Amino acid sequence: MKLELKGITKRFGTLVANDSINLVVEPGQIHSLLGENGAGKSTLMNVLYGLYKADEGQILLDGKPVNFSGPGDAMAAGIGMVHQHFMLIPVFTVAENVALGHEPTKKLGVLDLDAARAMVNKISDRFGFDVDPDALVEDLPVGVQQRVEIIKSLARDAKVLVLDEPTAVLTPQETDELMEIMRGLAKSGTSIVFITHKLREVKAVADKITVIRQGRVVGEAEPSAETAELASMMVGRSVGLTVSKKAANFGKVVLKLDRVSVLDDRDQRAVNEVSFEVRAGEILAIAGVQGNGQTELAEAIIGLRGLQSDSGEISISGLSGKNRSVRSVLEKGVGYVPEDRQKNGLVSEFSIAENLMLNGSFTKPFTKGLGIDFATRTEIAEKRVKEFDVRTTSSKTPAGKLSGGNQQKVVLARELSREVELLVVSQPTRGVDVGSIEFIHERLVEQRNNGKAVLLISTELDEVMALADRIAVMYRGKIVGIVDAQTDRAKLGQMMAGVAV
Amino acid sequence: MSESVKKEPINWNSAMKEILSGSVTRTLLSVILGFAVGAFFMIISNREFLQNIGYFFADPLASLRAAGDVVSSGYGALFKGAVYNASAATFDGAIRPLTETLRLAGPLIAAGLGIGLGFRVGLFNIGGTGQLVSGIIWATFVATRMELPPVIHLVVAILAAIIGSAIVGAFVGFLKARTGANEVITTIMLNYVIISFFNYLLLDNNLLQGATAGGYTKSDPAAETARLPALLGESFALNLGFVLAIVAVVLYWWLMERSTIGFRLRAVGFNASAAKTAGINVNATYVLALGLSAAFVGLAAANQALSSTGGVTPTSHAGIGFDAITVALLGGSSAPGVLLAGLLFGAFKAGASAIQIEGISPDVLLIVQGAIVLFIAAPPLIRAIFRLPPPQTTNMLTALKSNLFSRGAKR
Repeated sequence: MKLELKGITKRFGTLVANDSINLVVEPGQIHSLLGENGAGKSTLMNVLYGLYKADEGQILLDGKPVNFSGPGDAMAAGIGMVHQHFMLIPVFTVAENVALGHEPTKKLGVLDLDAARAMVNKISDRFGFDVDPDALVEDLPVGVQQRVEIIKSLARDAKVLVLDEPTAVLTPQETDELMEIMRGLAKSGTSIVFITHKLREVKAVADKITVIRQGRVVGEAEPSAETAELASMMVGRSVGLTVSKKAANFGKVVLKLDRVSVLDDRDQRAVNEVSFEVRAGEILAIAGVQGNGQTELAEAIIGLRGLQSDSGEISISGLSGKNRSVRSVLEKGVGYVPEDRQKNGLVSEFSIAENLMLNGSFTKPFTKGLGIDFATRTEIAEKRVKEFDVRTTSSKTPAGKLSGGNQQKVVLARELSREVELLVVSQPTRGVDVGSIEFIHERLVEQRNNGKAVLLISTELDEVMALADRIAVMYRGKIVGIVDAQTDRAKLGQMMAGVAV
Repeated sequence: MSESVKKEPINWNSAMKEILSGSVTRTLLSVILGFAVGAFFMIISNREFLQNIGYFFADPLASLRAAGDVVSSGYGALFKGAVYNASAATFDGAIRPLTETLRLAGPLIAAGLGIGLGFRVGLFNIGGTGQLVSGIIWATFVATRMELPPVIHLVVAILAAIIGSAIVGAFVGFLKARTGANEVITTIMLNYVIISFFNYLLLDNNLLQGATAGGYTKSDPAAETARLPALLGESFALNLGFVLAIVAVVLYWWLMERSTIGFRLRAVGFNASAAKTAGINVNATYVLALGLSAAFVGLAAANQALSSTGGVTPTSHAGIGFDAITVALLGGSSAPGVLLAGLLFGAFKAGASAIQIEGISPDVLLIVQGAIVLFIAAPPLIRAIFRLPPPQTTNMLTALKSNLFSRGAKR
């Protein structure tokens, strides 16, 4: 079945999540949708699956326009979706899960499990899935659970299969197996939309690549395209960033990592023997495509994530050891801007003033004995709101009611106003409007000029190139190389694809 | 990628937040509706009304009059039994119902604050009963097995009750912090353990059983030096327990709204991962929160153990541990809210016998209580009945945006 999306536009308030996106998926084609987190890939697929209604645009199946008011319609029309987080019932068997919602019945409505079993076996044999229909889903490894999801879709005659970040939860071996399965499905005529941000996988399996960035299609490519080219397309080059910087004046080493290894949530090694130093008065940027261990690296530095037992040490102005508490790290003089400000940076129910004291509840100036010094807090909050240009009517406004850019300014205001020696800043301008980006960049450079050590972690290449004094490129948990800021884009792109230069 | 892939079976936090975000308006409407439901049951359980219902179409007014009579005599009796008895011969007699309401409200308020504190941190402490009983055990030991000078004896007994309860709460917090054990399960289970232990203590002369208890599970009466002194003279049962509850309300307000400890408790309750990132030790906060939660319950335990002149029994907890959940919910876990909710529920308890004298089952009051909670816990229902606008549409938008920006492609 041929799938066409024509001029799909989806807005949330003032935010344009999809901006007239066109996409054509030929029958039997593996079409890869490549883009950073937040680029709008999932929104687009949710429009396709009937979960969102598009504000503009059309969906065509085999040339005929269709209109889905819910996933049920989409399924009936032959679209199957495998979400990143599986929609399976753990205590049901594979056959029961596959039957769920479309249960084959015998007389009197008795569940015909044999039919369901036969269905599972049929699909399983045809594509070499090797799934036991009577196994309980909770006993199966993640990779097999994913196959059950695929079987579910195929059992409902899906002609177009959407896989949303399918490899995010898989081990490398399981990933390879999944790719085998995808090829088999495509050969038998199923169209596959493969959503991912991992270049290696795209190149290995895709027939056609569409790159999405900030809600727009920024380009199409063949899998034969250079990885570097894909990487630079993905991270883009549209924002013209110029920050005036005076010559760096390096001081002593503030942050030192020595062969640091960290596990991710799935106990896979996400950071692999990484070593580098950040000096006072310098911005060291960690560049790289999303998901190459940057998140885990930042969390390890702050003390949110433990180091592996055979790992070397992280030392911050002399503070080291494997069991540093977050509080001890922050009190040692570290400012931290987390990559996910909604989840880790702010308490959205708290007012701006309360958020400004979030990590200052232990010491002055916010405290007075065991109590909060409300007068000082209000005074500080009013000052910060002005100083950091937070657009709000009052410092008592809940942080959750602010726009992304203003929320980020609140986080920055908190972290930059403390007495810090080191700033760890993750994705400081993600989801932030262009005006605020410039403001945030200026603030970071100002910190560097004032002799602070700054570790900037960003997937935006422009940002990295505009701000950094040195650039460390991270790929699959390792630092590919550390180069100076004048290094050209093509070379950085190659490094981001794992080519040591 | 920091997003944990571990599955979370029940999201108590967000369910709790939804319930606790209730506005004052909605709470008042829920109370009114609760009374309306109670009125309905008074009517349909009334014999006279049921007899007349057969002639409803012949004489609808008579039926309606009968219904009106039942409701007004029922709630009139409640007022008379819980607030002011205008037909009493003396002034003392007239205000006695009010003092009874205050007396019964005291422990409900204290324990309600405790459960409310848990709610504010995103913890569902269902172990009020067990914590209360533990506090009673400790207080009873001090009050019946120790001899101390006046005042000191009372202070020690009260502290013993608070500590006795707090230890149980902190233990639950420890289990949660160390092993991830869900506090809902552990508190429920501890209720059984502690009540059984109390029974055991009350069956042995050498332990807590009273000298004159015979084979019954009953302790000695608290020593006079350890008894909560009466507030309005010996003719009223109202004692210092109510004053302590008011002190607890003020303390709770200061703790939650003004202190840095409360700030951290609330931060963890709203967004534990942001609190963690800000250097707050989330696990330690859970232990502290459940300890403090139970400490407030312990004040109710002191009230139960040190009020009676007859010694404590296995039922001395009087269901306060569970009623406190309702009080905390109704009061929105805020200090003034819990105070008012506690007073209302105290009035229900005080008025129960008066309502029974009117020939109406006091169970109607339980129906009112239950209905109020139901309405509070089902905000969409109340919104639909009173056509209130849906709350926080903007928050939903921010949530959507946050999904797009920070988790966008991973959904």
